[in-house]
Amino acid sequence: MRNPPAPPVIPTGFHPPNLWDIVLLPLVFGALFLLAWGSHQMAAPYQFGAPLPISLDPTLLPQYALRTTLRMAIALLCSLLFTFVYAKAAVSSRRAEQILIPLLDILQSVPILGFLSITVLWFVQWFPGSLLGPECAAIFAIFTSQAWNMAFSFYYSLRMLPKDLYQVANLFQLSAWQRFWKLEAPYAMPGLVWNIMMSVSGGWFFVVASEAITVSDQTVLLPGIGSYIAVAIDQRDLLAVGYAILAMLAVILLTDQLVFRPLVAWADRFKFEFTESQDTPQSWFLELLRRTQLLRMLMTLPAWLWQRLRPVALVRQAFRLPLPRLRPWPRPASPWADSLWMLLLGSVAVTSLVLLTRFVLTEASGAEIAHVFLLGLYTLARVVILTVLASLIWTPVGVWIGLRPRLTQRIQPLALFLSAFPANLLFPVVVSFIATRHLNPEIWLSPLMVLGTQWYILFNVIAGAAALPSDLKEAAANLRVRGLLLWRRVLLPAVFPSYLTGGLTASGGAWNASVVAEVANWGSTTLVASGLGAYIAQQTVRGDHPRVALGIAVMSLYVVVFNRLFWKRLHAFAQRRLALD
Amino acid sequence: MNDTEALLELRQVSKRFVAPDRGDDIIVLKDIDFSLRPGEIVAILGRSGCGKSTLLRIICGLTSASDGQVLYRNQPVSRPVAGISMVFQTFGLFPWLTVLENVELGLEAQGIPAPERRQRALAVIDMIGLDGFESAYPKELSGGMRQRVGFARALVVNPDVLLMDEAFSALDVPTAETLRDDLLDLWLERQIPTRAILMVSHGIEEVLMIADRIVILDSNPGRVKAELAVTLKHPRDHTAPVFRHLVERIYEIMTTTAGEQWATGISHRLPSAHVAQLLGVLDEISHPVHQGHADLSALADALELEVDDLFPILEALQLLDFAQVADGDIRLSPHGQAFLDADIQRRKMIFGEHLLKRVPLAGHICRVIDERPGQRAPESRFLRELEDSLSEAEAERVLQVIIDWGRYAELFAYDYDTGVFSAENPGEEPEEA
Repeated sequence: MRNPPAPPVIPTGFHPPNLWDIVLLPLVFGALFLLAWGSHQMAAPYQFGAPLPISLDPTLLPQYALRTTLRMAIALLCSLLFTFVYAKAAVSSRRAEQILIPLLDILQSVPILGFLSITVLWFVQWFPGSLLGPECAAIFAIFTSQAWNMAFSFYYSLRMLPKDLYQVANLFQLSAWQRFWKLEAPYAMPGLVWNIMMSVSGGWFFVVASEAITVSDQTVLLPGIGSYIAVAIDQRDLLAVGYAILAMLAVILLTDQLVFRPLVAWADRFKFEFTESQDTPQSWFLELLRRTQLLRMLMTLPAWLWQRLRPVALVRQAFRLPLPRLRPWPRPASPWADSLWMLLLGSVAVTSLVLLTRFVLTEASGAEIAHVFLLGLYTLARVVILTVLASLIWTPVGVWIGLRPRLTQRIQPLALFLSAFPANLLFPVVVSFIATRHLNPEIWLSPLMVLGTQWYILFNVIAGAAALPSDLKEAAANLRVRGLLLWRRVLLPAVFPSYLTGGLTASGGAWNASVVAEVANWGSTTLVASGLGAYIAQQTVRGDHPRVALGIAVMSLYVVVFNRLFWKRLHAFAQRRLALD
Repeated sequence: MNDTEALLELRQVSKRFVAPDRGDDIIVLKDIDFSLRPGEIVAILGRSGCGKSTLLRIICGLTSASDGQVLYRNQPVSRPVAGISMVFQTFGLFPWLTVLENVELGLEAQGIPAPERRQRALAVIDMIGLDGFESAYPKELSGGMRQRVGFARALVVNPDVLLMDEAFSALDVPTAETLRDDLLDLWLERQIPTRAILMVSHGIEEVLMIADRIVILDSNPGRVKAELAVTLKHPRDHTAPVFRHLVERIYEIMTTTAGEQWATGISHRLPSAHVAQLLGVLDEISHPVHQGHADLSALADALELEVDDLFPILEALQLLDFAQVADGDIRLSPHGQAFLDADIQRRKMIFGEHLLKRVPLAGHICRVIDERPGQRAPESRFLRELEDSLSEAEAERVLQVIIDWGRYAELFAYDYDTGVFSAENPGEEPEEA
């Protein structure tokens, strides 16, 4: 059965354009123009190795900022597509789930900047004579920083989707396509939007880091804020660094106001709840969009195209398969197929391990591998010490803020904003200080690793403290629980689960940041702190791929083991014991 | 201190909230005077929103009074004090502490050494019927058992005064009755050192089962409307004629309103009642058993409604001129009868007419929509007007009520996403595919 296509939706009655239209229409057309210009620049002809002129003229910064933002947007779209496909695949079959979900867990722990050095040559070969090669490599690096947690969030939402809604969808014979857009995507939307925000926050870090790519002693500077700052570092120009920081602040502020706030306010309607919550997210920009008459008509255009476009229709047809016939349940287990599957997986794993080892051993000796593990211990020590320090500082502060609702309302957006700011833009300021004062880089480079990620701890602790139910606060006050006892029995247990989320993110971010934080340049001065991050960075510059692979593999191993032995266990404990039900 | 001197004394206690835009304050409690003497159980009874929970929080020092004083053993209360402990409606148990640790917490705060703490906590747990559950976490327990932990935690510190904030209303009826009887037995047999109990409730029968004295609060602003001594002997029988008589007496007091039943202005506090509830009550009154004229206590029994749910409905029925309430009785009006007899479409028309005639806010919204270009008006406009004399939360609640009623009567449309009132029929807004 096929529904007749819906007629193009036109708002009833013609409303004369109002004031908002006059403000907004030029904005829309301006944005379209910028988009077209930016994408045209991306495909400019280019020979690998040829220098791209980057000027420190601050008037060029808006242009660079636009290019940086465009890379981010494309990567985000790719991540979204990946999320939909990957998560759907993971829930569709038990066997796929067995591989895909642990795989996602491991992918999350791979240092992202390591990816870049290996993939860049590959992309360059794909698009010979065009800037698209390095562009794609940079975008791919951003993609790897965004996609995994989004896919996780979508997967969990699909798993949590109430059974009765699925049953309703099946009863009304919704096709897989309809079911996805009417049920699964909307249900997952609030969680996904939140994760997109987190992803973009993390993405800024890597978009900046991946624009100045140094591979095999050749430096490609893609026009953007990251390259601008790389040149500024090279020329020891602190003023230019300041300009870049200001430009980035403006970009983040704009995306927050024009994209994320409207998105969060809009996604609120998909929250699965039947009681209206008191505080609904607000966005002036969304209000503007909703109140603008002409824009409302313009907004119906994508919907109309969506209904009519041929490719979309074809995809829809493809998904319009009859629902699978019911099979007896439980399905008879086939031990044969299962063991065959396990055998296949096992052999693939063993083969890859052998291949990787052989690849690494072409260059590195056993002793060097041991040395790399030792370097990993150094970096581990830095990550642990700094995460502990950041926790000791920000947990009490976060609790103090979270218990004061008015303050929370003001500080919370600020903490979110700070976590979105790419801390690597601030590195030159710190590094120039270390270089001129001749401080010990082994110690003083370390704080750079948590410079950007510490805010996740603050942010999550505030949220945890703010969520403490008022009856518990009143009970504690009524029993006159105060001082140390109050922290030990009430406040710390209450914020611990959300602290863990923040701590896990902060320590994961610190591992990732070690690749850029353990080696720092200021003009011709190079500061090095011995550690696994420095090792990966140095081997990348030398273009020594076996050693880069070794470094990446060891770091992933450390992260996975550290997370399994420490964070995951604490998390399980917190879920069991401390969760407010 | 002798036995007749008051444990707790309230002198002219008031609570005001400052309205953000205007100079006038919003008064929640006004000039509350009363005292709690040793050996008695006093209940404060009132509808929701009369400030009775706020009063309890002022008494135990969790919030402060705007005017007046609370004296405990002749000392003013300005912060939580040792002799007063409270049992919460939502239990207030720490989910990460075991039953034993939850009970010990108050003693720990007093700095009592561990062995004594343990021994006292175990004794109370034993007394309240929780033994065997010492090492359980609250989430493993049923609602009734959780509230027992709440009582154990409040009693272990040997309070002079035990406050109960709707302590039984989160529980199902049989569980609540068992717990209430157990507590009453402990009290009557003097097994607990507590010298007086002050409870807040909206359950008339619940209060009559245990209290020695009942203080009835009026709402808007909350003030003492009447005091009633209950001299019935324990155990009380809720079917006895004396008991039923008292129930009706309380209904009478609670339905006697001093003010006008008409909504006086656009910021009249509309009661939170849904149209379906209004119809349900009208239907019950018109039932042959009642013949358009019913006893409120009988009505509450028949519909299994608590005072908190019943009173807003009654108020709405009176406001819309569908029924009259006086002296504990309700009588169907001719309009109410017509409304009940009509079909669905006709009912909407009648409801709309009454809304426009009797509720100024409804007419106001319609007029504003009419006057504006495009026949649309944002909700913020009306909220601002309401907030002139109501608190922010109350203004939102009142607007919610009028949206619900107006939508039913099809007087106007309201779009949730944009927060815009309009004259258009809903459903014609552009929607994405």
